[in-house]
Amino acid sequence: MSYVLSNGKPLLSQKATNDGHAENSPYFDGWKAYDSDPFHPTQNPSGVIQMGLAEHQLCFNLVQKWLENNPEASICTKEGVDKFRDIAIFQDYHGLPEFRNAVAKFMGRVRGDKVRFDPDRIVMSGGATGAHELITFCLADPGDAFLVPTPYYPGFDRDLCWRTGVRLLPVVCHSSNNFKVTRKALEEAYAKAVEANITVKGLLITNPSNPLGTILDRDTLREAMSFINEKNIHLVCDEIYAATVFRQPDFISIAEIIEEDQEYNRDLVHIIYSLSKDMGFPGFRVGIVYSYNDAVVECGRKMSSFGLVSSQTQYLIASMLSDDQFIEKFLLESAGRLATRHKDFTDGLRQVGIKCLNSNAGLFLWMDLKGFLKESTVEAETDLWRVIINDVKLNVSPGSSFHCSEPGWFRICIANMNEETTKVALARIQEFVQRNGDKLNRKEKCWQSDLRLRLSFRRMDDVLRSPCSMSPHSPIPQSPLVRART
Amino acid sequence: MRLMLSGKATCNSHGQDSSYFLGWEEYEKNPYDQTRNPQGIIQMGLAENQLSFDLLESWLSENQDIAGFKRNGKSIFRELALFQDYHGLPEFKKALVQFMEEIRGNKVSFDPNKIVLTAGATSANETLIFCLAEKGDAILIPTPYYPGFDRDLKWRTGAEIVPIHCTSSNGFKITARALERAYQEAQNRNLKVKGVLVTNPSNPLGTTMTQAELDLLMDFIIEKQIHLVSDEIYSGTVFSSPNYTSIMEVLSKYEKAEVWDRVHVVYSLSKDLGLPGFRVGAIYSNNDSIVAAATKMSSFGLVSSQTQYFLSALLSDKKFTKNYISENKKRLKKRHASLVSGLQNAGISCLESNAGLFSWVDMRHLLKSNTFKAEMELWEKIVYDVKLNISPGLSCHCSEPGWFRVCFANMTEETLEIAIQRIKAFVESVSRGHDKAIGGKKCLNINLRKKFSKWVFRLSFHDREAGER
Repeated sequence: MSYVLSNGKPLLSQKATNDGHAENSPYFDGWKAYDSDPFHPTQNPSGVIQMGLAEHQLCFNLVQKWLENNPEASICTKEGVDKFRDIAIFQDYHGLPEFRNAVAKFMGRVRGDKVRFDPDRIVMSGGATGAHELITFCLADPGDAFLVPTPYYPGFDRDLCWRTGVRLLPVVCHSSNNFKVTRKALEEAYAKAVEANITVKGLLITNPSNPLGTILDRDTLREAMSFINEKNIHLVCDEIYAATVFRQPDFISIAEIIEEDQEYNRDLVHIIYSLSKDMGFPGFRVGIVYSYNDAVVECGRKMSSFGLVSSQTQYLIASMLSDDQFIEKFLLESAGRLATRHKDFTDGLRQVGIKCLNSNAGLFLWMDLKGFLKESTVEAETDLWRVIINDVKLNVSPGSSFHCSEPGWFRICIANMNEETTKVALARIQEFVQRNGDKLNRKEKCWQSDLRLRLSFRRMDDVLRSPCSMSPHSPIPQSPLVRART
Repeated sequence: MRLMLSGKATCNSHGQDSSYFLGWEEYEKNPYDQTRNPQGIIQMGLAENQLSFDLLESWLSENQDIAGFKRNGKSIFRELALFQDYHGLPEFKKALVQFMEEIRGNKVSFDPNKIVLTAGATSANETLIFCLAEKGDAILIPTPYYPGFDRDLKWRTGAEIVPIHCTSSNGFKITARALERAYQEAQNRNLKVKGVLVTNPSNPLGTTMTQAELDLLMDFIIEKQIHLVSDEIYSGTVFSSPNYTSIMEVLSKYEKAEVWDRVHVVYSLSKDLGLPGFRVGAIYSNNDSIVAAATKMSSFGLVSSQTQYFLSALLSDKKFTKNYISENKKRLKKRHASLVSGLQNAGISCLESNAGLFSWVDMRHLLKSNTFKAEMELWEKIVYDVKLNISPGLSCHCSEPGWFRVCFANMTEETLEIAIQRIKAFVESVSRGHDKAIGGKKCLNINLRKKFSKWVFRLSFHDREAGER
């Protein structure tokens, strides 16, 4: 397949043929290994366990029960079918009023009702993925930049940059102060941009953080607000993990900070939200852009035409999120189960001397394996990562894929499996550390290079579009390439 | 504050200042309702298919297992809630391509691996253009065309649209001369032509393309080495002869040729099945790179898994699809006939059409002068006095004043009858010279007029320029 016509002209656009989709990062390689050998408790007990996927699978039983008790929430049941017609033709980009009301209420509830959200400021989008791209299109032009603290979610490279032409500039954070976002780091990043003649349009923060699992404290949030006000740039706050905070300190949303000081320019603040993490519904594609800026809401709404939420889903979600009793129970239960899972893992890892960054949110742990590296380099981290995939048989995500400035950190997802698998994963880690503690730094060249070859081959395969593979877990095949985004 | 936003946020390439959308705004303020607001504006500017919901509802009542996220009695809620694979639900893609084949009389076959799911045709068209073109490039589109293309194809992609002017002299068919002139115009504007985009069946014309037109297009894109996008979202609304010929049928003759990779189809379930709210669109292409790139881009607007699942069950039911396709056509045909004959009685003719959810109505004889200004005046009368929201040809970039798109499938038969009566009464009053229309309403509409004038000037100026070349 040639990218060039016989007259020498390009067949497709640059966007279609460049690497802007960011899928050639090592972040995705682990999944390909998982894909070819997925763990199953009975059918493939020695397969690779997926720990690279930030999904919340701990509370489905609660939702299922709610669905059984509320058949009218689906327009396909006999109890709900009288709504079918009206919902099926509803394509208004304002969204169903009951949907917006329910989402606004839910967002407030998740923040302990310390703030209220205005349903008229809610703009729909195709998941948080769509939301990030949309807000970037609204705020920045090609060539402009957004500052983003490292480490950060690899999907941002695609979501904010690919089709928008905008670039991301890192605000480097260090483990020496638990990766806190400091004013100094912000100023440094900004100055660098100015020097390079790059126009900075905004700052993007994720709170709670992916991959750290930590929340930003009040001082940091105030510092961020003061910084953006001073530079007159936008602040985009990705709060998609807001309801995954499972213990103190309490989550503080930027929505609270805004209320603190009348001097803050609200027109600069925008929140990205989604139900993919808090509720565990990534398949339903419910993304939200919440902006305090009227012009952005107006423009964003028009743009949302490119990724509206299915009205069938809006209707279901509106129904579910309006059930106060259910939501209260869900949020409490969810936090409890996440806390337990978090403790199980951190205790288990501590037993073999593996520390994690102290965290109280998210669906993952930020694991410190610096001590296992033969040297403090990205190459050594990559070598260790291959050992973890190939020998320990766990798909984890290396810190370098999150643009972490220090080698040796790994994100492992812990909420996308049942308790049984949790035990297996921990046992593998523990056994491996105990068996090889002193040997971990040794180079295992032969099978590493095999793996490298295998992974490169698969990468090319995916550029040429490889067919879906069946997962033994579910009747529905899953593509690791999409799951890799989270 | 405007300076703080992007160029895209502050320009109006979203096209929403167009009269196409302004008419809707007026409708929203005063919508017709049989009992609660019988004097309100009847919506005839919305190409929706509301004729066959009963068929869908009765299927649902017989297939309750699908509702409530169940498969064979077992809950699959968890799997669906987690399913975000941009390759899409395999059973849905399979059912969808089979549905597309059935609509085309099984004269073509589609490969489910070559289809990309998107959030509606809106997203499909934009995504395809992102893959084919960028700033400095142009897509040629025959006029008149769907006003939404200005937003979908240009706004965020940076690409330009150059019109291929079609006229009533030959029923608005595409000619070789018109294609060449458009190509030349693009060159004169320093734009690189990347492709041609056609809608077949046509919106707003309601006609299907002839074999001659399809062959002409193929020859043209082969010669110029450019792409062809065929928006076939109305393919299931062809209610009478001539039979529908999809570009995919024509393409089957070119399997080994270079052009095989350069023809793409856009589809959606918004028109054929009447489900615009569910946001189900698709891109179909033989070009592996496009499928790969578009698949990744679809991340920005995937189809809800809940919706994919429901539709995979619906469309896999061959008994249902066969019945639906044929019954839907019958109802559209009947409705179309009602509108056309009703207008005929009022002395108004329509372009002869065999598809779509609308008629392309000729009101040139009702214009005060052969100008777009006169068209806008007539349109205002129709919206405010006759109380019908219809779409003026100018909003569809028609090069001749006096044509209007009137939708007929988004209302009950009774409402359509009332609409026809209103038109009849209006035409009679015009012919009697009792033109009370604009006078008293001037001050009320002053803001609307200002919007129109700016927009009309901008649009007609550009179109005039094009015509003069």
